[in-house]
Amino acid sequence: MPKTKIDMSDQVYFLSILNEYGNIDEALEPDIPEDILLKLHHYILLGRRFDERLLSLQRQGRIGTFPPISGQEAAQLGAAAAMRQSDWMVPSFRETAAELWRGRTLENVIIYNNGYNEGGRIPEDRNNLPISVPVGSQILHAVGIGYAIKYRQTDDVVMTFFGDGATSEGDFHEGLNFAGVFQTPVIFVCQNNQWAISLPRSKQTRSKTLAQKALAYAVPGIQVDGNDILAVYTAAKEAVARARSGEGSTMIECVTYRMAVHTTADDPKRYRSDQEVEEWQKRDPLDRFQKYLKDKGLLTDDGIESSEAEIKEQIQAAVDRAEEETKSLGDPLDMFNHAYAELPPHLIEQRNALARELEEHQGEKSHG
Amino acid sequence: MAKMTMVQSINLALSQEMEKDDRVMVLGEDVGVDGGVFRVTDGLIDKFGAQRVIDTPLAESGIVGMSIGMAVYGLRPVCEIQFSGFSYQNFHQIENHAARLRWRSQGRFHVPMVLRTPYSGGVRALEHHSESREAYYAHTPGIKMVIPSGPRNARALLTSAIRDPDPVIFYESKAIYRAFREEVPEEEETWPIGTSQIAREGTDLTLISYGTMMRPTLEAASILQEEDGIETDIIDLLTISPLDDSLFVQSVRRTGRAVVIHEAPGSFGPGAEIVSRIMEKAFYYLEAPIERVTGYDIIIPLFSRENSYIPSTQRILRAARKVLSI
Repeated sequence: MPKTKIDMSDQVYFLSILNEYGNIDEALEPDIPEDILLKLHHYILLGRRFDERLLSLQRQGRIGTFPPISGQEAAQLGAAAAMRQSDWMVPSFRETAAELWRGRTLENVIIYNNGYNEGGRIPEDRNNLPISVPVGSQILHAVGIGYAIKYRQTDDVVMTFFGDGATSEGDFHEGLNFAGVFQTPVIFVCQNNQWAISLPRSKQTRSKTLAQKALAYAVPGIQVDGNDILAVYTAAKEAVARARSGEGSTMIECVTYRMAVHTTADDPKRYRSDQEVEEWQKRDPLDRFQKYLKDKGLLTDDGIESSEAEIKEQIQAAVDRAEEETKSLGDPLDMFNHAYAELPPHLIEQRNALARELEEHQGEKSHG
Repeated sequence: MAKMTMVQSINLALSQEMEKDDRVMVLGEDVGVDGGVFRVTDGLIDKFGAQRVIDTPLAESGIVGMSIGMAVYGLRPVCEIQFSGFSYQNFHQIENHAARLRWRSQGRFHVPMVLRTPYSGGVRALEHHSESREAYYAHTPGIKMVIPSGPRNARALLTSAIRDPDPVIFYESKAIYRAFREEVPEEEETWPIGTSQIAREGTDLTLISYGTMMRPTLEAASILQEEDGIETDIIDLLTISPLDDSLFVQSVRRTGRAVVIHEAPGSFGPGAEIVSRIMEKAFYYLEAPIERVTGYDIIIPLFSRENSYIPSTQRILRAARKVLSI
């Protein structure tokens, strides 16, 4: 019996279109309509400024813990922009920019992060799942949605997001395997931001890339510069087209960087150097995209300034609306909402007991 | 009406619901070509095709996670986990997502799925194949936990579970699967989830049980009648969560005496909740302390000793006589 080489023809490619100085590889430049480019610029800037505002709200104690996205705007928006509205998005918890692109409101994000479930409400006309915190567990839902899309013979696709840490979870592997077996129209977008809280990418896996993990499941994998919005968009567009035409799933590894904390409860100084962060700041996705748009004649410094002003106003209006809406959200009894389609008898009893307790407590208070 | 085993009646429920509603899908390990290791899904793939009767890769979390996605999209997946002892590998999908997506999305999405899985001992199986962990699921807000006790109510309950807008864990007793037959009508039958039933009427003692343990409980009642002249009221819970306490509370108010029987370990088991409800709602009617007859708080032993672990008719009788003696 001979020992023969099995031909593994699959390859993992790395795609970069805008280099770290914002210079374009013209041969690879995607054909994106100007209005979409400017909309992307608006959202990448909005994602950044909103993140900064949330951080200051958190530091002032006006919202709770949240996971910042700074540095990952291009990875999220380049991918989300390749979908159409009827497509499905299955996020993890660090995709605020993509969620905003897909119709989540700023005030909804603020209300959620201020500890009100109501902020998790998904509008009826949006096919976005709510955020999913247990790492990697949402990946399988995308595959189920993909299977259902195929069964119903619509041409929608599903895009799911997760991080580098998620590739160590069983659900990631089960999800990719099921997607391979059932040929579901799923785009797996890995935001490899180099850190899973304190664990660096190098200790997450010895694999050279994360994208290559897809190959074992007969799902094509590509690695892209995740801070290059054009590269992410190009890879996502191609993956969406493949999925839509019935050719199955793709995994896109976006190589990016979490420029801020894991969540506001985290202190990255314990595990990574300032120098490393500075190195990545040079590859900031916002600066690169702005340079590209300026070189293309689509954006000027004045234009950026007016965008900044517009966004500042947009965020302030959302903060005001969120604070206003929050005033009507105080009723503790509402925590029983949406437990089941219909509240079963024992929950009606418990809700009534709480109502009585609140009433009695209120009485005590008013009597001083 | 045809006389059917529970395996056949569950198959009937699946087949009829799939016939009626093209949203209903069956998926799991060996459920298609093989018809399931207990043959519960036998023949479904021939009737409905491999797209609706899906032989999945061997991955419990994958099966349940995929079902959640299908349900969110608007389908009605009925997944099978081959043995409940393997369902710990999908437990996080139930706890983290199936149970919570309605709540998390504030009503935008819901997860109308059923997870069918065989539970309980008594069939001389291997490790992990004989367990009763209904308390895990009953303890999880957002899901419903159903355990039928015979062919007819299994069919009716499964039909209701498939149509339920919330996720349902459906435990099927391996010990009952082929143990006996009942008349099961061809025409559709449902049974409201969250509703128990009176399995036998009496005035002296209340026995509360469900699933596998209903047979030894009924047997004990016959012996009590014949040998002791005692008339027992028996409540078959059928749904563990949300728990219908109305019938057993009414019953205990009449009899003043109760024994709760289940195969699952006693500590923190469903019996603990049942006894608490009785204390809250029928304490002043009690004539004697309530007894529990349950599995011991250990892993169910391999099969040479399982009959010493699983509550027997004799253990139920001893507990009943103790309660009656006070």
